[in-house]
Amino acid sequence: MPYLGSEDTVRELRRHLSNPNVQSDPLRYRSSILKVIRAMSQGVDVAGLFSEMVKACATVDIVQKKLVYVFLCSYATLNPELSLLVINTLRKDCQDPNPMVRSLALRNMVNLRLPSLAEYVEQPLSAGLRDRAACVRRVAVLGWAKLHNLQPASEIDAAVVNELYGLLRDPDPVVMVNCLRALEEILKEEGGMAINKPITHHLLNRLGQLDVWGQCEVLRVLQRYRPQSESELFDILSLLDASLVSPHPPVMAATLSLFLVLCPDLPAVSFAALERVRGPLLAACGSASRETRFTALCHIQLLLRSLPGLMGAHYKRFFCGYAEPAYIKQRKMQVLVELVNDDNVAMLLDELRGYCTDVNADTAQAAISAIGERAATSHTRCTDPVTSHSAATDRCPPLSSAVVQTMRDLVWVCPQCSDTVCSALEGCEETLQDSQGRQALLWLLAVHGERVRSAPYTLEGFIDGVRGEASPGVKMELLTTTMRLFVCRPAETQDMLGRLLHHCIEEETDMCVRDQALLYYRLLRCGMEETRRVLGGRRSEPSLGVLIGRPAEPISQWASSFNTLEPLKQGAGETETTGRASPQHVTFDLDSDLSDTLNSGGFSFSPAGVQAPPLTLSLSPALSPEEFERLWTQRRLDYVCLEERIRCPAVPHCSPQSLQAAMQLVNIQTLAFTAAHASPWRVYLYTHAQQAAQEEVKVTLKQRPRDEKALQGFLSILTAVLHTLPFNTH
Amino acid sequence: MTKHFASTIAAMISQVFILSSQGDHLIYKDFRGEAGSDVVGVFYEKVTALTGDQPPVVMNHGDLHFVHVRQGGLYWVATTTADSSPFTLIEFLNRLAALVKDYCGSLCEKSVQMNFALIYELLDEVVDYGYIQTTSSDVLKNFIQTEAVCSKPFSLFDLSNVGLFGAETQQSKVAPSSAATRPVQSSREQGGKSEIFVDVIERMSVVIGSNGVVMKADVEGEIRVKCFMPSCSEMRIGLNEEFSIGKSQIRGYGAAVRVDECSFHQAVRLDEFSSSRILRLCPSPGEQTVMQYQLSDELPSAPPFRLYPTIERDSGGRLLMYLKLRCDLLPRSAAINVCVTIPVPRGSVSVSQELSSPDQSAELKLQSRAIEWRIPRFPGGTQLSALFKLEAPALGPAPLMEVGPVVLAFELPHLTVTGLQIRFLRLSPVQPGPSQRWIRYVTHSDSYVIRV
Repeated sequence: MPYLGSEDTVRELRRHLSNPNVQSDPLRYRSSILKVIRAMSQGVDVAGLFSEMVKACATVDIVQKKLVYVFLCSYATLNPELSLLVINTLRKDCQDPNPMVRSLALRNMVNLRLPSLAEYVEQPLSAGLRDRAACVRRVAVLGWAKLHNLQPASEIDAAVVNELYGLLRDPDPVVMVNCLRALEEILKEEGGMAINKPITHHLLNRLGQLDVWGQCEVLRVLQRYRPQSESELFDILSLLDASLVSPHPPVMAATLSLFLVLCPDLPAVSFAALERVRGPLLAACGSASRETRFTALCHIQLLLRSLPGLMGAHYKRFFCGYAEPAYIKQRKMQVLVELVNDDNVAMLLDELRGYCTDVNADTAQAAISAIGERAATSHTRCTDPVTSHSAATDRCPPLSSAVVQTMRDLVWVCPQCSDTVCSALEGCEETLQDSQGRQALLWLLAVHGERVRSAPYTLEGFIDGVRGEASPGVKMELLTTTMRLFVCRPAETQDMLGRLLHHCIEEETDMCVRDQALLYYRLLRCGMEETRRVLGGRRSEPSLGVLIGRPAEPISQWASSFNTLEPLKQGAGETETTGRASPQHVTFDLDSDLSDTLNSGGFSFSPAGVQAPPLTLSLSPALSPEEFERLWTQRRLDYVCLEERIRCPAVPHCSPQSLQAAMQLVNIQTLAFTAAHASPWRVYLYTHAQQAAQEEVKVTLKQRPRDEKALQGFLSILTAVLHTLPFNTH
Repeated sequence: MTKHFASTIAAMISQVFILSSQGDHLIYKDFRGEAGSDVVGVFYEKVTALTGDQPPVVMNHGDLHFVHVRQGGLYWVATTTADSSPFTLIEFLNRLAALVKDYCGSLCEKSVQMNFALIYELLDEVVDYGYIQTTSSDVLKNFIQTEAVCSKPFSLFDLSNVGLFGAETQQSKVAPSSAATRPVQSSREQGGKSEIFVDVIERMSVVIGSNGVVMKADVEGEIRVKCFMPSCSEMRIGLNEEFSIGKSQIRGYGAAVRVDECSFHQAVRLDEFSSSRILRLCPSPGEQTVMQYQLSDELPSAPPFRLYPTIERDSGGRLLMYLKLRCDLLPRSAAINVCVTIPVPRGSVSVSQELSSPDQSAELKLQSRAIEWRIPRFPGGTQLSALFKLEAPALGPAPLMEVGPVVLAFELPHLTVTGLQIRFLRLSPVQPGPSQRWIRYVTHSDSYVIRV
């Protein structure tokens, strides 16, 4: 058939449909209607054929009827007057002896979505509820829900609601489940249908007769039920035990969320339930459908937040398959990293190392970051793969950049491995393509420059190319690096430092870079000793390394997002921030450098905040909200109460989630926060045995027992964390 | 803190649509009138704009969530405004694709296009107002009136000489491959011919370390029944008597067939399972998975392939790869369609090869940076070798690190790795007229990786 524009198509089809010869031949008539539907699903606007299609509705051919209904339901809202013509045919069909015709007519009557037809529809719907055939009752029950949503303002007919409650005892399981659905929709305003003890027990008893979809529906509705006694609760739980290990992932997931909702106060039961679903979840991870695999992986990540050891023995199930898509591989790597323990570390690293050469650059980069992350906790064994890999991937720009960034993060948290990293840096002369990577390399050279033989040559390359450098961040890093290197290797770097400062002060247009260059220039005039004191910042933060292992969260943290789309979506945001080798880290380094220099610029350098003795925070024992509240309101003599102001412009702009994540990294638990735009916005935090509440940027601390040093340490950590918050407006 | 009450929003599907991989609209059905049909275009734009590592399964457009699966090269999309269960939606879409496959015979753009009326009819019965009503083909067969249109007219005489999954035919022993592409409904007018297929399909994923140690070996298996019987009230499937589940339960001295975990379809009755390993079920027309099982780490036999690589750089800067591949299957079985993928270093330009027989082939795919070595048939107990000389003028400092891991893809027809067998297949009542029962075994490689 030649290509026709949509108007031509419609004209052609109309000619066919109104041709009496076609109309008299059922097969030809049906095939013309087929053409209309085909055009419709291809996106052609065939609304103009409405009146022809209305005529085609009056037929005994069920297939033709179904096709016409598909058309009418799509376009009825555009032609309410013409639709009135259909209603008579439909009402007649509702009397048809064939139950299939009856259910079809009843369903489509409401699917026309015309409020004006409501009065014609109610009577057949009422009759439908009492029909002999289950398929008609199924349609009629849902019909009431549709009708209600068509006229949301109208009164709820109590008789209908009662009848629907009655139909919960219908012998047909689908009718029963549809009743649940309809009642939930009709009674939405009142918070859904009543879930009392008799209804709950009736539903539970019939669970066995339902198919997968029905079971999920019932399990979901039951989440609102609160058992009256503990023994009743345990009766329900034992009834549900079989569904917990159902081979159908939807049923398993729905049952687990019901478990978690029913017993929030019985952590032992919840943990036992998590153990029970391990098998089915792992099976879903090996499912033939990628999407099911992905969903299962995302939910396993949730479970691991509370039970980090849950999958320890099964780490091999998370090895990536060769042909799996990148998004599954990345999730698997995220899980693998969580599962590392002393027994499997060698095996896991070997596996992760295998992914580093993946053809997909993103996957390879994620693998390198994963190794780096692991390296932070069990250093020596992990540095080798990263460093030896850096040699291998020199020629591949994105990879090499990832390697350098990973090395930077690694050196920051575990100084032990700096030797290995330094030896790897010797060979790293290739130009890195992205500014993140260049910044990381410069930072590494600055901190460990005295041990890298080729450092001045690498730096010289950067300084020669400074005119072509676009990123101000790299230029600033370059300034700092050259200064630091000058302090420890003056003979080799004096000349290039001069050139760099000259360029930055005389030719640079970016204010920040120029200011920093001026600052360094003045600093140099203050003498070498002063310069060394200012520039000799910290090279590593070993205490972070200890803190990096995430503490187990209470189940309630994620229970509400289990079996929702939430865990599947998070990935996108998460991989963007963590996958690109922690950009916060860079800003943090930059900030601390800057504040060091700024302070010294005014000759009032006070190291108190930054160089406080390291304080280790821990989250155990966990505090319950009630306990926290009791401690907070209690006024006792051995408490120290302190108010401190921390200047942090990022706080009002960051989301509670990112604040919470940042706090968690240093083992400060966020217990509660007020609603997003409340002013003042309060966050209640606790850690170890210290409690703090934070009011915008005012911190109120209560501590027991009194310990001035620990208090200062805590404050400095809090300040540091607040400064790492990404400055984004939410 | 306020107690968090469970949301009461149901798993409602707002729309369902099917798109071809080029974004053509094949099927579009709106159930709740919550969003217009323009979101179809939005979905396609979003899904094609994703980079490789972004998870595509769930996407947002305002309040609307798109959940989709890919089956048969098509996008099967459901939209929802509520925060529904992803397990339910994905399982539903997979089930819908399976239903369409059952009813249309095969799953591809063409069959969906030709059977759109049938698919609309199916959707109408399967989902009402966004709520899943039933996906059982037993129930649906009473409602579906449209006949499937086959892209090729189905004929039982068209016993092409390629068997199931490309296995070679041993005349009467192997089922016709057309079985896979037969619509269930056609049994009605085709009359007499009633058939039932029981497939045991296993997928293995293996990782072998560079020192030859098996680091991981997993098998996921399933028994699938495809039924084209007009009247079959009950069937009994007998598995190996020594079949055992779990680690502790090994019975007798014989070569026990063991799996770690096993789950059954809801409709399977297991009253004879513990005593004599018999599954009883009433098959509904179309395809269903009656049993799924997994085995981790302890394969009853050696992994089917071993690789002995020697890789070196010659004086001319070329990379020489000498690969010996051994097939450890029993001599009477063979692997078919073996494809060995060897990732090569960046900067490789061309390859010259010496293969041991003319039916093999090898080529360098620059796109995926790998050599693909294809072996159409690889009998058990034999060994093949290949020499690849790789021209790479600009090799990195450590090119050997960029070689590997080698990946094998293959099929093992008439074979299950776990050793699971079907002893017998009985139908009751005894079928009137001719009926055929087929039992087929196949093992696929899910991911077979050998480190070098």
